[in-house]
Amino acid sequence: MTAELRPPSAAACPGCLAAPAEAVQADLPEARIALSLPTIHCQTCITDVERTLNAHPGVQNARVNLTLKRATVQADPEIRAADLIPLLERIGYEAHELDPGTLSATENDKLGRDLLMRLAVAGFASMNVMLLSISVWSGADGVTRDLFHWISAAITYPAIAFSAQPFFRNAWAALTSRHLNMDVPIALAILLALATSTWETWLSGEHAYFDAALTLTFFLLAGRYLDHRTRAVARSAAEELAALEVPRAIRLTDDGEEEVRVAELAVGDRILVRPGGRMPVDGEIVEGTSELDRSLLTGETLPVYAEPGRAVSAGEVNLTGPLVIRATAVGEDTSLHRMADLVAVAESGRSRYTSLADQAAKLYAPGVHILSALSFLGWYLWSGDFRMSVNIAAAVLIITCPCALGLAVPAVTTAASGRLFRKGLLVKNATALERLAQVDTVVFDKTGTLTGGTPELTNLGDHARADLEIALALAESSSHPLSRALARAARAAGIKPANISDVTEVPGFGTEGRWRGQRVRLGRAAWVGAPQSAQTTAWLAVGDRAPIPFAFADALRPGAEEAVRALREAGKQVLLISGDTAGAVEALARRLGIDRWIAEALPEDKAARIRKLSDEGRRVLMVGDGLNDTAALAAAHVSISPASALDAARVASDIVLLGQDLSPIADACRTAERATRRIRENFQIATIYNVIAVPLAVAGLATPLIAALAMSASSITVSLNALRVR
Amino acid sequence: MEVLAILIPISLLLGGAGLLAFFYTVRTNQYDDPEGDSRRILSGEWDDRPKP
Repeated sequence: MTAELRPPSAAACPGCLAAPAEAVQADLPEARIALSLPTIHCQTCITDVERTLNAHPGVQNARVNLTLKRATVQADPEIRAADLIPLLERIGYEAHELDPGTLSATENDKLGRDLLMRLAVAGFASMNVMLLSISVWSGADGVTRDLFHWISAAITYPAIAFSAQPFFRNAWAALTSRHLNMDVPIALAILLALATSTWETWLSGEHAYFDAALTLTFFLLAGRYLDHRTRAVARSAAEELAALEVPRAIRLTDDGEEEVRVAELAVGDRILVRPGGRMPVDGEIVEGTSELDRSLLTGETLPVYAEPGRAVSAGEVNLTGPLVIRATAVGEDTSLHRMADLVAVAESGRSRYTSLADQAAKLYAPGVHILSALSFLGWYLWSGDFRMSVNIAAAVLIITCPCALGLAVPAVTTAASGRLFRKGLLVKNATALERLAQVDTVVFDKTGTLTGGTPELTNLGDHARADLEIALALAESSSHPLSRALARAARAAGIKPANISDVTEVPGFGTEGRWRGQRVRLGRAAWVGAPQSAQTTAWLAVGDRAPIPFAFADALRPGAEEAVRALREAGKQVLLISGDTAGAVEALARRLGIDRWIAEALPEDKAARIRKLSDEGRRVLMVGDGLNDTAALAAAHVSISPASALDAARVASDIVLLGQDLSPIADACRTAERATRRIRENFQIATIYNVIAVPLAVAGLATPLIAALAMSASSITVSLNALRVR
Repeated sequence: MEVLAILIPISLLLGGAGLLAFFYTVRTNQYDDPEGDSRRILSGEWDDRPKP
């Protein structure tokens, strides 16, 4: 009968219950490699991946987890993930390395396992006691009834002692700090039910509430477990995102290059950053010239020229040439980390939000105690029968049991989070949905959020075909994002590259070559002798002719237009706040139909602006990805960041957008509103049951049968109502 | 009614056995990968004895 107690499938990911192979982990802590395999989906995938990995020399054991889409490999210490990934790519599976250090935090879900065990025991005991109780209700009396009551007691005591521990502990903690929470009436109801039932059984009485005490525990534990699972799933998915960025750096020593963990870097180390790589620490460039993409830190889209002597901050991306930097600040001292500290300060404001469940508990907990105490006093004064008065007070506490209230919120949030997860939204915070439902103003960041961070050529049609052919030939020999965008646009327009010789790339400046004896250059304005322009522009100079401009704009993220339109149609005000130049911001705002925009905003400006909106009584949803957005994300009522955002921004936000598409944002707002409506309905349903059953209990007419019916019926109605969100 | 003296212990014993089995499966991480486990049954790579 315990087979039904498997983890409820309402959770988004029913499987990630507990950890793989702890024992092995203890033996070989460094030799464990975790790989993320986003494309595996079937039995053949499992077999292919495991066979390939196990065949590699040095690999001891490889195991695929299909639910988590992950492979865990135990191998000799000299085996690296970089050796295994090409093997998998050769047989057609995308693979990424995961940082085991970041993952292990969630792997051992001790609390979840603990709750599940308690839930199983409560379920087992309540079913057995319920069987005995049904015999009593259907007419067993005399010695048989007493025997059944005693057996019930024998099952109930140990089961409650084990299963109800979380409630007793919480209630005790609340009482010692002179608080009342939902767990105080729960613990009191359970204890009082046990005490009066034992007393009644001792005196061969008719009514015993052992089954009620157990079902109460079971339903409440089910609510707690759902709540825990929803959060555990979100946490493990969020940490997988974090684990995808393996913190490694290449340190230059006298013996050559060595790969080390970022945590092991020290001030004064010389570090090589290849094109496309991210600065691991703050430092100063000592060798090489290149361009830096600082958009994640500042929101600017124009790359910045980098040469020896220039200071760089952790998080900037190196675009063109290899750079050697000397570390000036590592770990906690980097500007990246200091920014993240800003978030902690801003976040304290959000904790002021009281969830609907807490609001309900504040009304409910004192109300129940007063009602129960009053019915005891009233009956005792009127009849003078202590035993009957205690029995009635216990019945009132049991009937008003908050099991429907305990399920009302977690059942809905589990269903809604599961629905959003399938749409590509990861809800990290327990109250995020309730807060999202209240939003009336949406603030977007530009770079990396509304735009994908990849440039797009805008003036292809302005140029002569011959020029385009030269530009294409030069662009194709460079991996700079602007060159790649130019090449992509020209190829799509059917242009063939011109025949150019002696092509060389000058890191940080552009590409140069010879065409029919003339020198041709494609690159920065200053390098080809052109005027600076406000827009992102690459210039083509052919011989002595005046340079011609290729202008670029940031490509919109898919779904950006739909998301903005849907939010405006839903009556929400949409704002655009960016750290980029006025021209670029205005152009994008026009294109999306956003009429309020602010450009060149510093990180503090963004947060201040959001605080000002909140002071005006607006509920702000902030959508942003960069480090310059983190303070604003934390200051907003609720916040969303894309998966491509910096780790600090993802940590600061309540919801993470997993895919590229932005359109689920508008849908999330609708789902959140619907979920909040269901939560309120659930509270009403629970109240209606109480309104019917409580007068019966106070009047002394309640029996264990009525209590069991009211409790189960209200819990089941509430759960069914929650499923309507899906 | 004497039959109860046999039936009740039996029902408790059987239920308890189920509960213990559930505990065992939770403790040995058998719910780690329900999706993968349901597919592995189709695998042709079975083994007759435990791997060395």
